[in-house]
Amino acid sequence: MHGWRRARLTERTKQTATGRTLTFEVPHWPGHLPGQHVDVRLTADDGYQAVRSYSLAAPADAGGDRIELGVQAAFGGEVSPYLADDLPVGAEVEVMGPLGGWFVWTPQDHGPLLLIAGGSGVVPVMAMLRARAASASGDPCTLLYSVRAPDEVWYATELDAAAEGVRVRLLYTRTAPEGSRRPAGRITTDDLLGMPPPTDTRCYVCGPTAFVEHVGELLLAAGYGPDRIRTERFG
Amino acid sequence: MGDLSPGFRGKTHAFAGRLPPGQYPTESFPVLSAGPTPDVPTDRWSFTLTGEAGESRSWTWDEMMALPQEEPTVDIHCVTRWSKFDTRWRGVPLDVFLDAMETAADFVVAESFDGYTTNLPLEDVTDGKAWLAHSFDGFALSPDHGGPARLVIPHLYFWKSAKWVKGLRLTLDDEPGFWESAGYHDYGDPWREQRYWSD
Amino acid sequence: MTEHPLYVDGNALAGPLGEVFAVDPTTAWRSCPSCRLPATLAQLHVYGPEPGLTARCPGCAAVALRVVTQPEYLWLQLGGGAGAFRFTLPAVAPGVRRP
Repeated sequence: MHGWRRARLTERTKQTATGRTLTFEVPHWPGHLPGQHVDVRLTADDGYQAVRSYSLAAPADAGGDRIELGVQAAFGGEVSPYLADDLPVGAEVEVMGPLGGWFVWTPQDHGPLLLIAGGSGVVPVMAMLRARAASASGDPCTLLYSVRAPDEVWYATELDAAAEGVRVRLLYTRTAPEGSRRPAGRITTDDLLGMPPPTDTRCYVCGPTAFVEHVGELLLAAGYGPDRIRTERFG
Repeated sequence: MGDLSPGFRGKTHAFAGRLPPGQYPTESFPVLSAGPTPDVPTDRWSFTLTGEAGESRSWTWDEMMALPQEEPTVDIHCVTRWSKFDTRWRGVPLDVFLDAMETAADFVVAESFDGYTTNLPLEDVTDGKAWLAHSFDGFALSPDHGGPARLVIPHLYFWKSAKWVKGLRLTLDDEPGFWESAGYHDYGDPWREQRYWSD
Repeated sequence: MTEHPLYVDGNALAGPLGEVFAVDPTTAWRSCPSCRLPATLAQLHVYGPEPGLTARCPGCAAVALRVVTQPEYLWLQLGGGAGAFRFTLPAVAPGVRRP
């Protein structure tokens, strides 16, 4: 956890118009758990530094030195637009991590899994889904994924392919694809119908602060206990 | 360091004359918060001056609005490195309140409805250097910028200009406030770049 | 859309506090002395990051802890009262001048 390590950008993948996944090579990376994040530090020529947190999108590959981060470029932001589009492949930044032991799920955590993500909040949840797919977990798993429109879905192809072991339900808030039975709109109690029962289900909610607040209230109203709900708000 | 994050510049750039060291100019008005924004309706608002012996004097919203008003246009400088030029405020000079009480105090603590505090030498809030402002740019001050009323003390870093201010407490000794007790400079002069305790 | 949200979860404290804690502090548990609501550090509501991180009880908004980082130091105040501890951070790499 301690200290800053150099991380070299090796690959940048466009997920949406403003969303990118970045792969960094970090020598001697100690590994991490699904849901953890890193802090990224940028340094300008005059010494000015800026630090921001980014979620790890993939579980640790055994013994590997690569990490994948999800970056949503915020308009007018100081750090995220630079990481999303300007940091050259091959260049280095500094990272500290892995960080956080609370918003974490591992295949050893048994019981049904309910993952609820808003926008780029799908990034740490993706690390959980990928770790689950690589394990022998047979517990039911549902992803409710709230996005504004079809072209704002991260990992669209991978989520399609995951449909066998995971129930993936996309909730469009502004524009739904033609033929959708669910009208565009934000997540409601109705969207929680048919979800795994509150008794032993673990809930992970990640997204903008207002989204997480809203989903948290829906889950509590539906009977999910506060001790079964873990959240990550990123604003 | 030349080999890290090439092309990243941050927002600090040179700006002639009016920009204190280490600041960058901005057209926007960033909102920084250390807690939830308090909801203070003006009919329940009051401003209280408390003397060093505990005596106090309060003004309701209407009484405050009936006091002599000024319209300062000033540059403001936030310790988080943004500066904003020619901000237009309307409010009551703090002299008007302070003239209402005899005092031997050398310091003042500004106290806010959300529990925030900040400390100042008394001489830095007198002689037309500080205001209780209730309007910004011609409109009632919005809650996210400290409405219904905040301090405006432009010659110091803007954390000294307490939002949602509810009173001033005169003190004989200097009492570090919310940020001053957690690493920030006791005085906070942007031209001497007094950001942190050790600056 | 802003880069600095109104508040985030205490998860965001893992990095800054990781500089001075030997174990992950975000799973540490407390009961709020003001309203008795139990919460882990990760569940606190964190305002900032500038000028500092202010972590508050998710129930009553009482200050639980505050962190101010400057180039050489980290200031940590537990609870709402006065008295922050100043930790000296490890020296920065040669050539990096922190502002």
